[in-house]
Amino acid sequence: MLLAPRPEGLYCEAGDFFVDPWRPVPRAVITHAHADHARPGHGAYLAAAPAEGVLRARLGADIGLRTLDYGEAIESNGVRVSLHPAGHVLGSAQVRIEHRGEVWVVSGDYKVEPDPTCAPFEPVRCHTFVTESTFGLPIYRWAPSAEVFAGVNAWWRANADAGRASVLYCYAFGKAQRILAGVDASIGPIVCHGAIEPLNRAYRAAGVALPPTRLVSDVKDRTDLSRALVLAPPSAGGTTWIRRFPDPSDAFASGWMAVRGARRRRAVDRGFVLSDHADWPGLLAAIGATGAQRVFVTHGQVPVMVRWLAGQGLDAQSFETEFAGEDGAAIDGADAGTVASTDSSRDSSTDSSTDSSTVAGTVAGTDAGSGEAT
Amino acid sequence: MKAFAALYPELDASTSTLHKVDAIERYLGRAAPVDAAWAVYVLAGGKPRQAVPSRLMREAAREAAGLPEWLFDECYQAVGDLAETIAHLLPPPVAPEDAGLAEWLTRRLPGLRGAPAGDAKAALRGWWAGLDWNGRFVLCKLITGGLRVGVSKLLVIRAIARFAGLDDTLVAQRMIGYTDARATPDAARFLALVAPADAHAPGAAAGHPYPFFLAHPLQQPPESLGTPDGWLVEWKWDGIRAQLVLRAGGAWLWSRGEELVTERFPEIERAARAFAAAVAPAGEGVVLDGEVLAWDADASRPLPFAALQRRVTRRTLTPAVLRASPAAFVAYDLLEWRGEDWRTRAQAERRAMLESLLDAAAVPGLSVSPRVRADDWAALAALRAGSRERGVEGFMLKRLGAPYGVGRTRSEGGDWWKWKVDPFTVDAVLVYAQRGHGRRASLYTDYTFAVWDRAADRTDAGDATDADRADRGTVATDRPPAAPRTLLPFAKAYSGLTDEEIRRVDAVVRRTTVEKFGPVRSVAPTLVFELGFEGIARSPRHKSGIAVRFPRMLRWRTDKRVEDADTIDALRALLPSR
Repeated sequence: MLLAPRPEGLYCEAGDFFVDPWRPVPRAVITHAHADHARPGHGAYLAAAPAEGVLRARLGADIGLRTLDYGEAIESNGVRVSLHPAGHVLGSAQVRIEHRGEVWVVSGDYKVEPDPTCAPFEPVRCHTFVTESTFGLPIYRWAPSAEVFAGVNAWWRANADAGRASVLYCYAFGKAQRILAGVDASIGPIVCHGAIEPLNRAYRAAGVALPPTRLVSDVKDRTDLSRALVLAPPSAGGTTWIRRFPDPSDAFASGWMAVRGARRRRAVDRGFVLSDHADWPGLLAAIGATGAQRVFVTHGQVPVMVRWLAGQGLDAQSFETEFAGEDGAAIDGADAGTVASTDSSRDSSTDSSTDSSTVAGTVAGTDAGSGEAT
Repeated sequence: MKAFAALYPELDASTSTLHKVDAIERYLGRAAPVDAAWAVYVLAGGKPRQAVPSRLMREAAREAAGLPEWLFDECYQAVGDLAETIAHLLPPPVAPEDAGLAEWLTRRLPGLRGAPAGDAKAALRGWWAGLDWNGRFVLCKLITGGLRVGVSKLLVIRAIARFAGLDDTLVAQRMIGYTDARATPDAARFLALVAPADAHAPGAAAGHPYPFFLAHPLQQPPESLGTPDGWLVEWKWDGIRAQLVLRAGGAWLWSRGEELVTERFPEIERAARAFAAAVAPAGEGVVLDGEVLAWDADASRPLPFAALQRRVTRRTLTPAVLRASPAAFVAYDLLEWRGEDWRTRAQAERRAMLESLLDAAAVPGLSVSPRVRADDWAALAALRAGSRERGVEGFMLKRLGAPYGVGRTRSEGGDWWKWKVDPFTVDAVLVYAQRGHGRRASLYTDYTFAVWDRAADRTDAGDATDADRADRGTVATDRPPAAPRTLLPFAKAYSGLTDEEIRRVDAVVRRTTVEKFGPVRSVAPTLVFELGFEGIARSPRHKSGIAVRFPRMLRWRTDKRVEDADTIDALRALLPSR
């Protein structure tokens, strides 16, 4: 076993490093900068080059970070490590680990759909694939994102014509920027919540083209607000911040919106099914493309995916992790996704992860999680 | 079907009643009358007879999707709704086709009734192939019966009223009985709903009742209503709220569920005819609002609700059933007199006329609900405390100056109040949890509660000294150690918690799961809730030997330990003496 679960996280003994550890360790390889994968307090960080800006924005400018270009490899103790695009968010990577001819790939979170804000998912051949399974049920089948954005545009345009602000709740990091890059910015001004704006800056600094955005405090003319698309983390719902917008129509963008019950729990006017995770066909395609005979499932619909893959003749097992997952994430995760990305809110995000990890620790398995960016 | 299936997401997506009314109104304007007739029926809660068993539909969907049964079941558990699960899982449509809603409900689906399983499944797969996501979802909903889309009957009425340019109350009256299972919607009935106000509506039967006026539960102290002399105070009977319609020599008894139940209560029909002959011999219209109760003429109080239920549920009314559960009508109100609508007159005036009419006729089995008088609220509260002994649920308070309203509307909520006796309560332990449906899908929201089979022994109760000594073996135990207490499940409840509390309970359920049986989990007993319920009876069908009525969670007793929950004896003590 090149990788094995330890209390701190997934550990590679041969290379003496962890992948996305949830407790402080000396050496951590980070798949991407979401809070359940990139935590503060490690000695040294290794991540993909495009992740640098967002990682520093979230964990602090002074972290000991080394970056690799996608495809570039380093070797230590005879273990060769390289990072490959995962298509999840800016800088997200799959970690390829090779030791004495054996190849493992840890996917982190991924999607196979194209996304203009990050490099596309790249299948990497391996013997053992460590996969997520957030949306690992056949009910989850995403429509092409162009279709989803056409729906968002139509909703925004109709609201703007009616003089109503369009408040779209979404995760601050990844989803928000994907939406910015996908919508028709000619419809009206775009306002971003203070938790989103720093990440927009990091994306722009990394060369990702985003339409102009502003903070609500920068909007002088109130009629602008009535035509605006407003991006906000779910935690902003019901706050005084949101009450500044005139007669808003609200919506939520998430893969969970595929299910009517989840949509109704949110009690928003519209649910847009837009996820940065692979859907069921995407997961199966990605797993198949690796050629791996052994698959470890880390989080999400773990028992379902394990049983399905085993039925397909693969050696499928679960890894117990503290990444976001399972159906509980449909509710709690959405709230934890409220985790803002400014430095001041980092502590609270860590807290919520700790809470759920106690839960995960006591239930055998994967029932709880503080999911983000689903 | 396409137009109706497209209406569905519009209704489902919006949280604004105004938008929903708009959407229905627009649909009505586009649809053929016969399709509109069925749309109104389905939206207002009508349930077409199930043509295909759910099991068969499920199988057909599973085969079409090419999924093993376990994976289909996992999907269903995550979605919490069979129709939606199927719509998610079916392969993309191939050859779009469109047939009207009426075509589906009058020909296609009824045509499958009793068809061989193979034929029915083939037909379903063929239909699915021609429908988009919404069409499939709506079709499955129509098959399983019940299209709950967050649209109330009142909202449908508003939409029809707007579409037809009529008054809400007129449409509400025309809508009565519209969703009755025995009445099939057709174009003529829809046109009768939307006919001009002065037109003689051909579809409206002579026996149509008025929409029922409903009371709000009284949450505030009664003193906030002023002095009792402004109010008509009556017992709140635990029977079937009903209207007795007497017109042109006919008698019709309508339940609050808008079902015609005349033939279930022949003795009430007889009494009603005798009453009509006495007070309105020329067949002038008289309509009474009241309560059907199972009440033996010689008894001082009505029989329990269960006795009345037998009258409704038994297929044939044998003389034995009629004898065991004799029915009577207790009148509350006069809604029509001599063919004139009296609903806008004051309660006091309606009441006085009601009393004088029933006094004059003096028909056995037809009485006025007595007015309860007391000088102040405290005296009434004292009387209310004895409600259970009288077989009533508390008081109804009706403002003497108020008209008879429609439905349970907020604006008129201040005129009628139900001041119910406090529920029975017991502290019980959560032992099983099941995932909810719809909005609560994938959350553990439906719980089974248990009480202890006996009181705690001293050691059970946590007598520290004894327990410690026993632990250290310093006390010679000459008696055998007592068997541990067990928890006896006795009630299921799923209402009463806030969303936030549900989330917290859900997390505990997941953390303390002992075993999973399909959608149900047994949990280690850690949570205590105060349950409230309205009635309690012996029941040989329940393991605990007890059945409770309307159980719900009153509060989460985070202050109580599991050991402090109540015992079965505490429940038995609440049983009525025999």
